[in-house]
Amino acid sequence: MYTLQTLPGDDVRQIMWRFAERFDLQMVVQSSRSIARTTVASLVAQGARNSHEWTDLKQELLDAFDASGLTALYMNTSQGGFMDGPKNLALSLAAFELSWVDGGAATSSLASNLALAPSHEKGTPEQRDYYMSRAVPPQPGEDRTIWRGAFALTEPLPYVGVDTGVLVGKVKVKDWKDGEEPMLQVEKRGRFITNMDFAYFVTAAVDSTDERIKGSCMITLEEGDEGSFDRGAPTMKMCHQLSSTRDPIINVTVPASRIIGGYTVVDGQIVPNFTHGEIIGSVFHRTRIPVGLMTTAKLLSAVEPVIRYHRTRFRGGDASNPGSPKFEQGIQQKEDAQQRLIDIWAIGEAGASMGFTAAREADTFDPIEREKESFLAEQGCTSARKQFAMIRKKDAETMEYIDLLFDTGRDETRFAALDADVLVKFSYLDKLLGVIIPTTKLWNTGVGAIFLREAISLVGGYGITEDCPGFLMNKWADSQLEATYEGPEAVQRMHLTITQADPVFLHLLGKYADDMAASDAPGSDGLAAGIRMWLTAMTYLSENTDADGNKLYHRKRQGVTFPMADAVGWLLASYYLFKDVAELQEKGGMNPTVAEGLEGLSGFYADLAQVMAARAVGEVGRILSELVYGFNSGADVSAFAALRAEADAKLAGVRLAKDRAGQALTQVMIPEALDYPM
Amino acid sequence: MSYHIVVCGSIVPDPLQVLEPIVGPTGPALKNEMMLPAVLDPWAGHALFEAANLAKNVPNSKVWLVALGPKAKLQQVMMSVAQKALFTLVAADGPASGFVDAFDTAAALTTAIEGIADLDRDKMLLFGGWQSASRGTGATIQMVGERLGIVNQFQGVDKLTVNADGSMDILERIEGGSYLTSRLSSAPAAMGWATGELPEPPNNPQVGMMNMKSIMPALQQAKPAQLTGAGFKVENVAQPKVMRQTRIEKDMSTDAIAQEIVAWIKG
Ligand SMILES: Cc1cc2nc3c(=O)[nH]c(=O)nc-3n(C[C@H](O)[C@H](O)[C@H](O)COP(=O)(O)OP(=O)(O)OC[C@H]3O[C@@H](n4cnc5c(N)ncnc54)[C@H](O)[C@@H]3O)c2cc1C
Repeated sequence: MYTLQTLPGDDVRQIMWRFAERFDLQMVVQSSRSIARTTVASLVAQGARNSHEWTDLKQELLDAFDASGLTALYMNTSQGGFMDGPKNLALSLAAFELSWVDGGAATSSLASNLALAPSHEKGTPEQRDYYMSRAVPPQPGEDRTIWRGAFALTEPLPYVGVDTGVLVGKVKVKDWKDGEEPMLQVEKRGRFITNMDFAYFVTAAVDSTDERIKGSCMITLEEGDEGSFDRGAPTMKMCHQLSSTRDPIINVTVPASRIIGGYTVVDGQIVPNFTHGEIIGSVFHRTRIPVGLMTTAKLLSAVEPVIRYHRTRFRGGDASNPGSPKFEQGIQQKEDAQQRLIDIWAIGEAGASMGFTAAREADTFDPIEREKESFLAEQGCTSARKQFAMIRKKDAETMEYIDLLFDTGRDETRFAALDADVLVKFSYLDKLLGVIIPTTKLWNTGVGAIFLREAISLVGGYGITEDCPGFLMNKWADSQLEATYEGPEAVQRMHLTITQADPVFLHLLGKYADDMAASDAPGSDGLAAGIRMWLTAMTYLSENTDADGNKLYHRKRQGVTFPMADAVGWLLASYYLFKDVAELQEKGGMNPTVAEGLEGLSGFYADLAQVMAARAVGEVGRILSELVYGFNSGADVSAFAALRAEADAKLAGVRLAKDRAGQALTQVMIPEALDYPM
Repeated sequence: MSYHIVVCGSIVPDPLQVLEPIVGPTGPALKNEMMLPAVLDPWAGHALFEAANLAKNVPNSKVWLVALGPKAKLQQVMMSVAQKALFTLVAADGPASGFVDAFDTAAALTTAIEGIADLDRDKMLLFGGWQSASRGTGATIQMVGERLGIVNQFQGVDKLTVNADGSMDILERIEGGSYLTSRLSSAPAAMGWATGELPEPPNNPQVGMMNMKSIMPALQQAKPAQLTGAGFKVENVAQPKVMRQTRIEKDMSTDAIAQEIVAWIKG
């Protein structure tokens, strides 16, 4: 039996989430944390959340972000930022730290970046530099106002929501003099637009109502533009009150050069280089990772306050005497209280492992995606369809690449060759991220919200009050928005319907199963069986029909595809937790601080990973059985049934792991008090 | 006129943690000390922020932070401290705990300072905390000063003003809430800071990135400090009789807090 000596500290996190060598990121963590636990926490404690308006008090948040470099985090050094290169992991860590105290504060830190993201991803270099450099706080000696932005896609009912095709935002030519830049009239009404109280610019999705402009686009509108820039009514939201949300009504004249990504004139028609759909696809691809991690941070943040509440529940007065178990351990004497907290902790860890993996891989992906763009452009392959076909042709090599990634005795020459093939590398990361980004958004927020409720339950009546340590009730309410904005769960499930069925991803998932089967980590063999069960169900659902002869796995059949998406999230989260625990066990000894407590950490995390795997496989088994048996397909289910039985049998020992982990909670040393005000 | 300011300061366990003395294999220690999060010793922090501020206002001045502490923990703390002030780190690897002899610590710090190549001793201001949150002997800076031959020493400093003629006015805390003002014609001098007058600066990652260029190599090259421990023994360590109990109060007035403390002292 091990002893978990303290709660995991920064050194442990840096190893597990693989940024032990990145001091720039470690500094980002410290900066965000210090704001979270001072400015943000005191705003919440002072009741700043009790208003829909953007108050002076809330404004302190933006000032703190500006002063400590968080506002400039998204920018490169040439644009006034302090670090170069991809920023997915940096933004994820910052959002994680902020939402450890308050999710709305994290949203506020990200919203301007979301407004800049269309220019960042698809804008012309001039557009990118123009807005990015104005969005950084003024440097000493500079006299200018910082430009904050808002991203306006969603529209009043009955227009844009989950369905982004029903655009009512309009663009038409107002004036187009020969040889001059066309002037456009843009009308956009937004709904639920974040940052709208103070945004100087808005990146708006609009559709053409003019035959001289082709299709839709995203376009940047500024407060100073000719026309009207009405910020609209505040949203009466019941969560994330430390972010600003309004329903703006904008009607302005702007030059066509504001079309994000530029345009060409073909036969007298303005043809935007990117549709609004192409831009939002590429923006959301990345920005959804930090959102998923926000809910996760809150789960992990609940551990310490819940332990403290349980342990000290009967101290003081004459309820118990010092030295007695009731006094010393309080509610922690009770098994259920320990073990439910273990579930919460495991779900939090697994979400963090999946989300930070997604963020890291997205950092690797960013330059490769650009390299792929220029490579294909050189080949004259620019249309999305042609590009898709070209990458499809690389499927076999991508699968070979994946095999080699997992092969310890691999042919290094072959591996190096495939690794250097930009299309292979692109294809691998694209297929991986195509799944783990939406699962981070879907699983972390959806399942996270359920377990945040469990955390509140563990604090009893106090949990439901404003005084609850750790603001748990706020955190729970906030998680509902994290599950909703930037594409609610339905959007992620729709996305996964396509990506989780991709042959390259299925091949990769098969490799994950083999990897788990070969691992000696307790519970990993159960996860291997769970993954194989999912793959078997996928084949079954793809190849068979229901009792009426209708296809099962089909884009339009959400009753099949959506639960499959829910299931894959559980499996992946569990897998990445095993990988992070293995990393900790392998590298922890090299760090003297971690080495000191490694035996306890290692034992505890192994148990946590096993508990998580069992839960994941259980959830997945339940979902898959309904799908496989539920449509009376009549096809042979024996392969699935055998795997389900195998997965169940491999739960052996999991409850002992939970017993141990629960016991560890009764011994772990926690700080005297929470390090943020209440 | 410019200054070469050497700030001595290291880390202490985060004061919010449970600090439980135990007797380990090598003598007294705090339970799980290595694993507990650490912070810059607040007294040293005041000295560092004052030093950075002075260097900013007196052109061509420079700040070094000389720290004796466990490397890995020092590195973690630097991720935050390095963002608050511009300085060059000089690190020595060794214990920073409250159970090390101040005499040994002073010797190690002196060796580290003597190793700073471009330090001009005539311009030197030796800064540090007049106390430490891990061990309030108030002796370390004094001994480092002595070893370096700096005889003008001030303790409990809250304010340092540089006058037009280059002289300095120094405000030292003395008993009864009073101050002693001294005028010093020029460097070198040693100053153990009390709280000073500056707030903790916000984190500035640009400053952090600049500092890191010197901090990471300094940490990698940090040599193990020679601490003999000879002639020094901690006989006994115990927690104060009255157990610490942290309570969070949200809406309590200052008066009410004061009254409660008085009542507690009176028993
Ligand atoms: C506080 C807040 C801040 C926001 N900030 C911004 C912002 O800055 N910019 C911006 O553009 N938007 C913003 N939004 C809008 C947010 O992104 C949308 O609310 C979200 O995308 C969902 O759109 P909707 O509310 O219209 O839901 P609807 O489209 O009405 O969908 C409601 C529900 O119906 C179901 N559903 C809908 N379509 C389908 C389908 N095809 N298949 C299956 N089920 C389906 C799902 O269960 C879905 O959750 C914000 C929202 C809030 C609340």
